[in-house]
Amino acid sequence: MQFLLAFVIGGIICAIGQLFIDLTRSSVTPAHVLVGYVTAGAILSALGLYQPLVNIAGAGATIPLSGFGHSLAQGAIKAVQTRGLLGAFAGGAEATAAGIVAAVVFGYAAAVLFNPRS
Amino acid sequence: MTQSQGQGNLQQQKMQQELQQEYKQLVKNVKPRPPVLKNTILAFLVGGAICLIGQLILWFLKKEGLGDKEAAAATAAIMIFLGALLTGLGIYDVIGKYGGAGSMVPITGFANSIVAPAMEFKREGFVFGVGARLFTVAGPVLVYGFLVSTVVGLIYYLIR
Amino acid sequence: MEIEKKVGQQSIRFVKPIVITSSASVVGSTEGAGPLADTFDWIVEDLLFGEQSWEKAECKMLRESAKLALRKVNLQEKDIDYFLAGDLLNQIISANYAARGIAIPFFGLFGACSTFVEAMLVASILIDGGFARRVLLASSSHHNTAERQYRFPTEQGVQRPPSAQWTVTGSGALLLEESGNGPRVTMGTVGKVIDMGMTDANDMGSAMAPAAADTLVNHFQDTGTNPGSYDLILTGDLGAVGKAALIKLLQQRGYRVGENYHDCGMLIYDLEKQDVHSGGSGCGCAAVVFSGHILRQLWEKKYRKILFLATGALMSPTSAQQGETIPGIAHAVVVEFN
Repeated sequence: MQFLLAFVIGGIICAIGQLFIDLTRSSVTPAHVLVGYVTAGAILSALGLYQPLVNIAGAGATIPLSGFGHSLAQGAIKAVQTRGLLGAFAGGAEATAAGIVAAVVFGYAAAVLFNPRS
Repeated sequence: MTQSQGQGNLQQQKMQQELQQEYKQLVKNVKPRPPVLKNTILAFLVGGAICLIGQLILWFLKKEGLGDKEAAAATAAIMIFLGALLTGLGIYDVIGKYGGAGSMVPITGFANSIVAPAMEFKREGFVFGVGARLFTVAGPVLVYGFLVSTVVGLIYYLIR
Repeated sequence: MEIEKKVGQQSIRFVKPIVITSSASVVGSTEGAGPLADTFDWIVEDLLFGEQSWEKAECKMLRESAKLALRKVNLQEKDIDYFLAGDLLNQIISANYAARGIAIPFFGLFGACSTFVEAMLVASILIDGGFARRVLLASSSHHNTAERQYRFPTEQGVQRPPSAQWTVTGSGALLLEESGNGPRVTMGTVGKVIDMGMTDANDMGSAMAPAAADTLVNHFQDTGTNPGSYDLILTGDLGAVGKAALIKLLQQRGYRVGENYHDCGMLIYDLEKQDVHSGGSGCGCAAVVFSGHILRQLWEKKYRKILFLATGALMSPTSAQQGETIPGIAHAVVVEFN
């Protein structure tokens, strides 16, 4: 069941992005879409609306980039609870540090090792 | 400029605008629309499949005894690795052609948007080529991610 | 008595014979897999053409096509008065760097995808004005260099909408002389920059069609001709969308173009089988189709009089990001072979 839900919810989150691309102005690029997802995910998370989705769908909600926004927002909120004001700045990055550094390291390695093909 | 000239210019501008509107309408009629339904279904399937793979990894890691948080972080890192690898192998852009947002929105798409420009601009050197271009898309994503999360944290601090 | 060379508002008539005595085309593998494959001189399977980068590959294509056009008629660089060339990249590096290896006085041109006909016009003017006997011209584009400059890295998984065009990898070159045997450039119409407020970088055809319509209408009026006066009206790279828009625009102005209208961007690929969406585009598109297919048809007397029009979208990534609209331009030449 958890696998089906991950597939369906993850699919729906992506399909919304496709509708957004196809139905809006042509100047929407991947950068706009991804920034939109991170921002939307963080805001929904702050309003308490994203955690239920994660509870239901697991990776279906954390793998789309809105899940990255969710981690950032939750990280900031939790750090404020434990450390106060400084947590608002540090919390988001701390919660997502592994992912960000993984992206830089793997991204760098792939870019150096491979050459564009097509 | 005399008044009549000014009015003439204004009229000309108005005419130009009307012509542009008319042309926009003409183009709308001849331009093929993207196959929205097909694209959306494909995005759903591809995006769903990627999330399913993520869920399988997550499930496996938890089964191996990782805690919730560690398992989630490790899953993200593995998915990023896969996205970067498939981009390097020249496969991810093919998935993207069919999957559209389905392959763009998951974290593997984020990895793709990091590797693709960095790899392509390698010929411009390792600082301005690879180093700078890694963040073509990742840069804005991190900037707005950090901005929003900090604002969320600050608001939470104030209303707590 | 001096014969009037300027005709009407925007057109010119050449008095001296301007003869196309040689041509050459070098293309990439996608073009080589298309329906015009056997009309190209050289199909390069390797996108890098043995070079370190795509930009260098494009430059080499341009240089090789220009040299090949000379070799075909056994001429040396010193026999040529001017070399005119252009491409799509910033500071037209393909042309400038190719000219580095060609010892002929050089003019670099930029008219986006209209560059090939722009070069034909300038070359003809130079010869007719008595400033040159022989002029070599070339223009090139490369799918990967153009994508990277104007759109996204090729390995980025981005969906292309159906109106998008595929930049042609290739370079075409012509040799124009004041005498000899071959098709002749007899007239020309220099286009104005026209902007109808289009902004979609994935739909160049619609952005350029108004410029094409303007140049065509002015050409017909200046020269007292109509679409029926030509065996073929050929546009450079409007693609399927731009072509449809142009036909409608001309209808509004009272001109009907039908069977005798073709677009290089739609001829060069098999739109059904090759994944190129609306068709080919780029400086190389009109250049290789004209240098190969069209000249052959002229030699085979399938066409005797053609109106060849190349359109260019004059935007840059910077102007596009700043929300500027896309201005278009179209230049036309009449080529006859009796």
